[in-house]
Amino acid sequence: MVRTTNSMLRRRWRKFKTNRRGYWSLIIFSILFTLSLGSELISNDKPVFVYYEGSFYFPILNSYPETTFGGDFETETDYRDPYILEKIISNGNKAFFPPNPHSYSSINPNLDVPVPSPPTKYNFFGTDDRGRDVLARLIYGFRLSILFGLALTTVGTLLGILAGSIQGYLGGRTDLFFQRFIEIWSAMPELYLLIIFASIFKPSALLLLVLLSMFGWMGLSDYVRAEFLKSRNLDYVKAAKALGVGDITIMFRHLLPNGMTPVITFLPFRMSGAILALTSLDFLGLGVPPPSPSLGELLAQGKSNIDAWWLSLSTFIVLVGTLILLIFIGEALRETFDPRKV
Amino acid sequence: MLLEIQNLNAGFHTEEGFSSVLHDVSLSLDQGETVALVGESGSGKSVTALSVLQLLAKDSFSSDGEVLFGNENLLVKDERDLEHIRGNDIAMIFQEPMTSLNPVYSVGHQLMEPLKIHQQMTDEEARKQAIYLLDRTGIPAPETRMDSFPHQLSGGQRQRVMISMALACRPKLLIADEPTTALDVTIQAQILELLQELQREFNMAVLLITHDLNMVQKIADRVFIMHQGHIVEKGLTHDIFSSPKDPYTIKLMDSVPKGEPPQKKESRPLLTIDNLHCHFSIKKGFFRRKVGEIRAVDDASLTIREGTTYGIVGESGSGKSTLGLCILRLVSCHGNITYNGKDLLKKSKGEMRSLRRDLQVVFQDPFSSLSPRLTIFQIISEGLRVHHIGNTKEERRRIVEEKLFEVGLTAEMADRYPHEFSGGQRQRIAIARAIALSPKFIILDEPTSALDMTIQAQIIDLLRNLQEKYQITYLFISHDLRVIKALADEIAVMKNGRIVEKGKAHEVFSNPSHEYTQQLFQAAF
Repeated sequence: MVRTTNSMLRRRWRKFKTNRRGYWSLIIFSILFTLSLGSELISNDKPVFVYYEGSFYFPILNSYPETTFGGDFETETDYRDPYILEKIISNGNKAFFPPNPHSYSSINPNLDVPVPSPPTKYNFFGTDDRGRDVLARLIYGFRLSILFGLALTTVGTLLGILAGSIQGYLGGRTDLFFQRFIEIWSAMPELYLLIIFASIFKPSALLLLVLLSMFGWMGLSDYVRAEFLKSRNLDYVKAAKALGVGDITIMFRHLLPNGMTPVITFLPFRMSGAILALTSLDFLGLGVPPPSPSLGELLAQGKSNIDAWWLSLSTFIVLVGTLILLIFIGEALRETFDPRKV
Repeated sequence: MLLEIQNLNAGFHTEEGFSSVLHDVSLSLDQGETVALVGESGSGKSVTALSVLQLLAKDSFSSDGEVLFGNENLLVKDERDLEHIRGNDIAMIFQEPMTSLNPVYSVGHQLMEPLKIHQQMTDEEARKQAIYLLDRTGIPAPETRMDSFPHQLSGGQRQRVMISMALACRPKLLIADEPTTALDVTIQAQILELLQELQREFNMAVLLITHDLNMVQKIADRVFIMHQGHIVEKGLTHDIFSSPKDPYTIKLMDSVPKGEPPQKKESRPLLTIDNLHCHFSIKKGFFRRKVGEIRAVDDASLTIREGTTYGIVGESGSGKSTLGLCILRLVSCHGNITYNGKDLLKKSKGEMRSLRRDLQVVFQDPFSSLSPRLTIFQIISEGLRVHHIGNTKEERRRIVEEKLFEVGLTAEMADRYPHEFSGGQRQRIAIARAIALSPKFIILDEPTSALDMTIQAQIIDLLRNLQEKYQITYLFISHDLRVIKALADEIAVMKNGRIVEKGKAHEVFSNPSHEYTQQLFQAAF
């Protein structure tokens, strides 16, 4: 017999849904994120599949030399080359291109205006200062930002929970020393370190991730620490100790689930913070290396080409839209976990 | 009639709709009379009191009916008129003295406020009157106390300050909402005496809201019994107590803990405490040097025999809970605790773990003693897992359901969460958790103090039955002397960490030899 559990999670989910704005923001955000995960299928300069002379080819998955489609060279097929293009779409052959037939680094060679060029039917949002399609760069850039935000938030949250729970549960000397360490560590200048590291090591998204997560966990650890300090004196912890339950089990089974409220409420805000961090670094040129697509880099281009309004406007809409969705989700989460209303 | 509540219907607007709290409540009070409104938690007595002065938030609370004070209906008055009545003609004192006094203003400041507002006194006049009132209510050194803050006073003193504030303008009616529930027994007696004195002096009517039947019998002229928003019975105190008519009233009267534990034959000592000390050091200064210590448990010695209930009685701060925690080794202490021949204080953590199976505990607050995110099954089976009782999930499930049945609950409750149960049910779950390991010794730290009287009676019966069935030894810690009298075979009285008297229960109760014990018994019975 299946019983519908009235578990805390289910109740919270029901409560979350009553905030229509947050609920729809979550749905929209999830849809957009899922779509962006398949960016290669939405915006690419290679067709999704080609039906050529009786066989199917999937250029996105495999690379085919030009000779496969009747070309002259053994190099990788350039599907936008008019010669090849003609071959694969005539004589009963079919090629199915993604909706936006540009990748983030494919340059449009047929422009008759100087780059950056304004929006046309071919380049929906125009091109950037190198002739690359802006829409493609936005889609890929959005994906990179979200993935980076998720990764940074996850690592930061895990570190924060670990640090906070150890301090809060053990208290005493451990807590004292850890707190002093945090004070010193949080006084480190992140940006300078980033610049220094960027000049020593080859800059990449991974390096940024490592560096930013080294300094991003401290805010959260304070909240988790406070929750643990408060909860460890509650009766149910004493009862568990009286039963003989071990310390680590108590931390995981009793204290952590009850102390997750600040963690969950802060998640969307941490994510928007992470996205903004990446965007700011990219804007300054200290972020992901070219030719990686990034929103910050587009903003920097927009700044140096003020007349090219399509650069700034489109990036602004994507960036602000994402952050607004996250903030609505965050507000809804905060309402859900409001202790006065449960 | 000074106050007449007629056909009051009221309720709250919540997310789920309108929740009706009072149904056709009618009450009357004459000048100089003391009327008690008795009921358990959730019966609507506080809501009735608060609605007299329209103290509940207008946006969620709506009421219907009449509250006649003198000849005017208070429910239709607007704020300005009400302000003139509140504090002036009708005053109110609340249950929790700490949250009723503003912690950031001094006592004197708060006391002078009603005087300045209602009687337009100048600062000097108000100060003199305030000092007089503090003195009248028994606060020592009132002049210096004027500048103290609420946190610097004890609970009893804060309640006296509250009473002074309430009486500052000589109101015609005093509404007292459980004024002594949060106080110790001896302080309770003093506050009640004070109230009676002041009532006679000012010819004031008192509407006393309480669940303590003892208090009602002592000072009330008439009684109204409330149950789930209805007034189920009313009449003179004497009549209600001698011949209650309504079934709920009869049940309530019946729930007063009574009887004595059955005679048990002499058994061997199970737990012996010798010279137990639990001290907390007070450290001050930059180097955290020890400047003094708080002796929570000071040289305690007692012997508990197998299969009996040992009661520890004391007021708040006496060290009784700390004693229990010391036995469980949840706080550090030194001395000698021998259980079944084994010295508990010498055991390491690992050795202690296997012994914990025999020593279990039930705490006071049913709301914080169960982990809110675990199901009942998980809560009760936690101990089973630690001590490897029941090797498969099905076996553990069977044991859990068995224990739930023992405490009077049903098996299907095992998949629900603590928040879905009432206080009494949660306490039963806590007891089920304690007996899941089939312990020989259970420490019960005020297990019924947070519960209503009718529920308390049920829990006491349950505990008695379990003891008889399984020969479990209880260490029952409480400040409620009536409960101890009904359950304990032997008792010890604690004050300031020391055991001032101990011995067989019926001997100590009939012939208390220590002065403090006599004081305690006089206040309680």
